[in-house]
Amino acid sequence: MQFGIFSIGDVTTDPTTGRAPSEAERIQAMVTIALKAEEVGLDVFATGEHHNPPFVPSSPTTMLGFIAARTERLILSTATTLITTNDPVKIAEDYAMLQHLAGGRVDLMLGRGNTGPVYPWFGQDIRNGIPLAYENYALLHRLWREDVVDWEGKYRTPLTGFTSTPRPLDGVPPFVWHGSIRSPEIAEQAAHYGDGFFHNNIFWPKEHVQRMVELYRRRFEYYGHGPADQAIVGLGGQVFMRTNSQDAVREFRPYFDHAPVYGGGPSLEEYMAQTPLTVGSPQQVIDRTLSFREIVGDYQRQLFLLDHAGLPLETVLEQLDVLGELVVPVLRREFAANRPANVPEAPLHPRVQAAQAARAAKTVAG
Amino acid sequence: MSAIPPRSLVVVSAGLSQPSTTRLLADRLSVAVDQHLRDAGIEPHLEVIELRDHAQDLTNHLLTGFPSPRLKAAIDAVLAADGLIAVTPIFSASYSGLFKLFFDLVERDGLAGKPVLIAATGGTVRHSLALEHALRPLFAYLNAAVVATGVYAATEDWGGGGAADGGLVQRIDRAARELSASMAARESSAPTDPFADPVPFDQLFRPS
Repeated sequence: MQFGIFSIGDVTTDPTTGRAPSEAERIQAMVTIALKAEEVGLDVFATGEHHNPPFVPSSPTTMLGFIAARTERLILSTATTLITTNDPVKIAEDYAMLQHLAGGRVDLMLGRGNTGPVYPWFGQDIRNGIPLAYENYALLHRLWREDVVDWEGKYRTPLTGFTSTPRPLDGVPPFVWHGSIRSPEIAEQAAHYGDGFFHNNIFWPKEHVQRMVELYRRRFEYYGHGPADQAIVGLGGQVFMRTNSQDAVREFRPYFDHAPVYGGGPSLEEYMAQTPLTVGSPQQVIDRTLSFREIVGDYQRQLFLLDHAGLPLETVLEQLDVLGELVVPVLRREFAANRPANVPEAPLHPRVQAAQAARAAKTVAG
Repeated sequence: MSAIPPRSLVVVSAGLSQPSTTRLLADRLSVAVDQHLRDAGIEPHLEVIELRDHAQDLTNHLLTGFPSPRLKAAIDAVLAADGLIAVTPIFSASYSGLFKLFFDLVERDGLAGKPVLIAATGGTVRHSLALEHALRPLFAYLNAAVVATGVYAATEDWGGGGAADGGLVQRIDRAARELSASMAARESSAPTDPFADPVPFDQLFRPS
């Protein structure tokens, strides 16, 4: 099972100091956080993609390419890549290029984006969100699998005799996760292709998460990709930890109360009861995360959101230390302990698999 | 035991005080609809939702994007209802903010085709057309099947010998008869569940 972090890349004022980082600081902070993720033994770093303030990551492959050059093992991913407003040809090219540079340590999560005005800035219309996600992905899927593509659709100019370059590394397309919070149509799409399904459950009650993932698993089996329990599932989660849970709650409360996505709404306690948000001791985070398996079954990828709501970089790095030292080792052990043998790992590029196997052999030999 | 399946009747009341005039009107309407359904051999199943009880949760839902379990139960009851009685006080020439907030958070197609009786209370009869220029367009937008008679009750109606021609009691009875007839004429149907019955991908998308 893979553990990692995902970042939205928001520039948010720290409510306890009134200070907001500059764009330059925030971009460097995201890189620092990604490097730290590898250092503390996490598997995945995923960046958001946004084209409006207060967010900085408009150019994910530039950032991920830079991180790739400074890491050895970390899988570089997105949360999410906008399949609606990006040209699928450019996605095919950019991520294949990144795959080559990163030695295959690349996958991506596709999403639609929910900010209406962004669509017309890229020549699209949010009311076509789902049809765009379908058509653009159908093209992207072919561009990575067929050397020469003739194609005609509704939302971009036709292609005749087009070859997307570079070809995917060793002819293996990057693995794709489809992310959706509330659209059963996207779970259906993921199941149809036999791709992964990521439910960013951080803002959602577990009953809803359960329905979405159950639908995806059932349809994955229906489309003949294997039994439902072998479908590839990822989940989000957001945590804030201190040794004593009361300290965690005290320190995090002002961030919760003023965060753009929570402020003015339910109390921290209500929100924790209704969503996966866990503010408390490392053990509480372990217990809560292990309970996700009861909701969606054995799954393949767990991403945590740590750098949000204006938390300062030092605090986020402390959180990563706790995650790497005290939480993820226990989660790896516990999730592995009860995992049926037929539940697969998330697909990796063969080169990454080989490198992992070599490292494991070295550890055993050493 | 009746051969005709039971019908669920849900009352949404946006009254603020307890007891409220709005709830009083809602109760008169639900009793009248209940009686007309029974007269037609239909067993009604009545549920009353007082929006005041959900005021905090409604704001939270607006801000967080998901309902608390208690509010979800209320919204689900409205979605599954065979008929709806919606009653609001008139504030500043329209429905109250609380009333609008609730219907803003019921999904867009959730009321399509659903028989709805609209009713309102106010301090003066001079606001009675708020039913026609505020409530009726709202439910028309939601594609609800709003019955022809809306019931407005001003303070003076409660002392006005309502059984007379055009009086409040008579208006309640006429509206109730229309709603129960509309409910009886429509097949009882649970809302479709996109998770239980997903649309197959080849119906969603066909590459050209």
